[in-house]
Amino acid sequence: MLSNARPDLRFALKKLQSAPVSRRRFLIGATATATGLAVGFHSLPSGAAEGGTPAQSATPSPFASYIELSEEGVVTVLSSQFEMGQGSYHGLATLVVEELDCGWQAVSVVGASGNTQLYGNLMWGGVAQGTGGSTSIATSWTRYRTAAATMKAMLVAAAAEAWGVPADEIEAAEGRLVHTASGRAAGYGDFARPAAALPVPQEVTLKAPGAWSQIGNPEVKRYDRRAKTDGTQDFTLDVRLPGMLTAVMIHPPKFGATLKSFDASGAREMPGVVEVVEVSRGIAVVAEDTWSAIDASHAVTAEWDESAAEQRGSAEILAQYRELARQAPQALAREEGDALGTLAGAERVIEAEFEFPFLAHAALEPMNAVARMNEGGSLEVWGGHQIPDLYRFLASQIAEISPEQVRLHVLKTGGGFGRRAVGDGDVVVEAVEVAKALGWRAPVKVQWTRENDMRGGRYRPAYVHRLRAALGPDGKPLAWDNHIVGQSIVAGTPFAGLIRDGVDATSVEGASTLPYAIPNLRVGLTTTDVKVPVLWWRAVGSTHTAYATEVFIDELAEAAGADPVQYRLDLLADHPRHAAVLRLAAEKAGWGQALPEGRFHGVAVHESFASFVAQVAEVSMEGGQVRVHKVVCAVDCGIAVNPDTIKAQMEGGIGFGLGAILQEELTLTEGAVDQANYDSYRPLRLSQMPEVEVHIVESDASPTGVGEPGLPPIGPAVANAVAKASGRRIRVLPFEKGLNA
Amino acid sequence: MATFTLNGVETTLDADPNMPLLWALREKAGLTGTKFGCGLAQCGACTVHLDGVPVRSCQTFVGDVEGAEVVTVEGAEGPVAEAVRAAWVALDVPQCGYCQSGQILAAVALLSETPKPSDADIDGALDGNLCRCATYHRIRAAIHDAASRLEA
Ligand code: FES
Ligand code: FES
Repeated sequence: MLSNARPDLRFALKKLQSAPVSRRRFLIGATATATGLAVGFHSLPSGAAEGGTPAQSATPSPFASYIELSEEGVVTVLSSQFEMGQGSYHGLATLVVEELDCGWQAVSVVGASGNTQLYGNLMWGGVAQGTGGSTSIATSWTRYRTAAATMKAMLVAAAAEAWGVPADEIEAAEGRLVHTASGRAAGYGDFARPAAALPVPQEVTLKAPGAWSQIGNPEVKRYDRRAKTDGTQDFTLDVRLPGMLTAVMIHPPKFGATLKSFDASGAREMPGVVEVVEVSRGIAVVAEDTWSAIDASHAVTAEWDESAAEQRGSAEILAQYRELARQAPQALAREEGDALGTLAGAERVIEAEFEFPFLAHAALEPMNAVARMNEGGSLEVWGGHQIPDLYRFLASQIAEISPEQVRLHVLKTGGGFGRRAVGDGDVVVEAVEVAKALGWRAPVKVQWTRENDMRGGRYRPAYVHRLRAALGPDGKPLAWDNHIVGQSIVAGTPFAGLIRDGVDATSVEGASTLPYAIPNLRVGLTTTDVKVPVLWWRAVGSTHTAYATEVFIDELAEAAGADPVQYRLDLLADHPRHAAVLRLAAEKAGWGQALPEGRFHGVAVHESFASFVAQVAEVSMEGGQVRVHKVVCAVDCGIAVNPDTIKAQMEGGIGFGLGAILQEELTLTEGAVDQANYDSYRPLRLSQMPEVEVHIVESDASPTGVGEPGLPPIGPAVANAVAKASGRRIRVLPFEKGLNA
Repeated sequence: MATFTLNGVETTLDADPNMPLLWALREKAGLTGTKFGCGLAQCGACTVHLDGVPVRSCQTFVGDVEGAEVVTVEGAEGPVAEAVRAAWVALDVPQCGYCQSGQILAAVALLSETPKPSDADIDGALDGNLCRCATYHRIRAAIHDAASRLEA
């Protein structure tokens, strides 16, 4: 996902807007331009002041832009941010409930889209609406609080006018307006209409932190938890429209292969089957119901042209990466002092090579989208639209209409982890293409099977890291050289502007930002050309850079005969937030104290997406298998808006990351993906989940993300404990492979 | 075609006996709380109760349920189901929520059989229910919490 820690993204997207290089790269810019909203984001309110200081407010009317208020008093937050389980809807609702003082009784959240000026992600410079890089709270922090405070002020003004009393004598709380002196009271809904007609106040004052009752309150529970326990929460899977058909895809067996011909005569005879059509990404089997489509898809035979396809296996790809890692890097991401010279003249040099496999997102809801062309030429598309502006543009291109004629329904999705933010809009494009291939005669849902999803590409890229360090007489590192080899996530996508001087920031983040004080330091990158489609996968670059750097620094501490926590702290003098979470996690875990027989502690600390996380894992080895008993986690994400959501995201990030390092691996044989379902691609199971204890650092810094930062430290923390338990440093992931390597 | 009791109501579904119950429930009976995750009995998102036993509806067929009693998340009720839901809500278990229908039905079945389950019992009963958001930590705590609610 896109990082707010990368200032270049704003630049990248802007550049796309003004200087399109190719059609693909032009997409984001074209979207914004076509909607007529390419300029002016920076005039959006970003400076509404905290507690007490009136702020300049150029806010659009909050009614129907960020918040809807019905005459019954129902508050609907129109979320610019996508909900994939990480709690962004709940976070935005918390900001609104705080400033609107409407209580939680009548609050719901829906996905908004179609207005870049209102919903553009401010962490991306506002140039496109989208969710990623754990930026949802950061982009919404001022915007949604200001909207809610403005709405409240307008409600109060409307009541004051109607009752003929001074506005400052009216109290607003729990969705009610009360004027005690005159004994008047009304619900917010009673004034929804008159308030919306009032001029938008030019100044609003946001609550001072001391007055917060929702923000930072650990008792506030997710507004949507009930619907997620009784089966009423709908996802794209559950969209049903009159006359809707369902399509199942047949994709090329290898990445880069194209369709030569197919025979669907058998499938067409099967019950429920409506049509079998070719679209740009393969063959779609369209039926009256999902099962008929799945069943009939097995009866289609196809011939593929594989001349341009990737033919290598993942083992060959990784072997080539290892060779490249020993050569000079193509580009440098960071260079300080003379790392190579110091290494060449050093007495003590430590080396390590790390190997990371491709990983699948494998969200539980397989990819899907629904498209319907309406009479009158407007197109509606339902889905887990993580980059709405882009998908709207892509859909309009296929339908040959203007983006304004496309309406997106942004639905909650059954897990995302980055998979729903794709430059080419994969399943969204498929849904529109299939509907078009049917002459728009019916709404169409494209529903991927698990096998489609597993083999459909867009993986966390495979990487090799080569690290070398020179230790001084005091055991501290004098030089550090890290060469990363792997594919670029953004090359050839609308985000390609992120590549600067040959370095894709998403390949090196976490390694190029190594916080340790080392006088001679070099981080190099070699970007490879492989046809396996890759994508951001929860925590992106930090999924591998945190592992390589934090296992390696641990190894240096060991070589220096130093305590791993103290060794890090000694090198973190200039990074107090790293040091603080590290100290907190160590203290809460009882670092250095005796553990039960056979149990070992390992530690890691990492910054990602502007949040700081340290973890201590307690591990044992049982029958050659790694067992993680407990993880103590400390997180500094600035102001903690929803403490319970932060904890949940740390827990989830730990579980997601643990599955990956223990046993997840996406492999290819002669270019074809080996895994197809959860029997061979195996995320963490309940019996493997450790106890997790989360401690949140108190902070008054601006809030930063938590969807991803919980993940990076878990791998190295566990690996560092395993090194103590077994004397072995695991350098090939997943552990199942690395323990036998 | 099959006639069976669905959430307490006698129901006849006009569906091919070879159609997985999952799709019949979702698209013929209109009960979409039961989710599709893998189609291969690997994830548990499609878990329903068949005569009180948790089964994967993606690998149970319409022809198998003739005369049986099927309960989906929409129809799960009674003291155990209530205790499980109360615990789930109190501990704020769901993240994306997609797996949770299956988790809840697996938990209800476990607690109906074993009112005071150990961690090992929970592992045994729910290891087939994947949660890609890894809400496992809270699922485990919520099952213990539901057990104490039932005891009280
Ligand atoms: S869909 Fe039935 S177990 Fe996964
Ligand atoms: S809550 Fe998302 S898969 Fe379980």
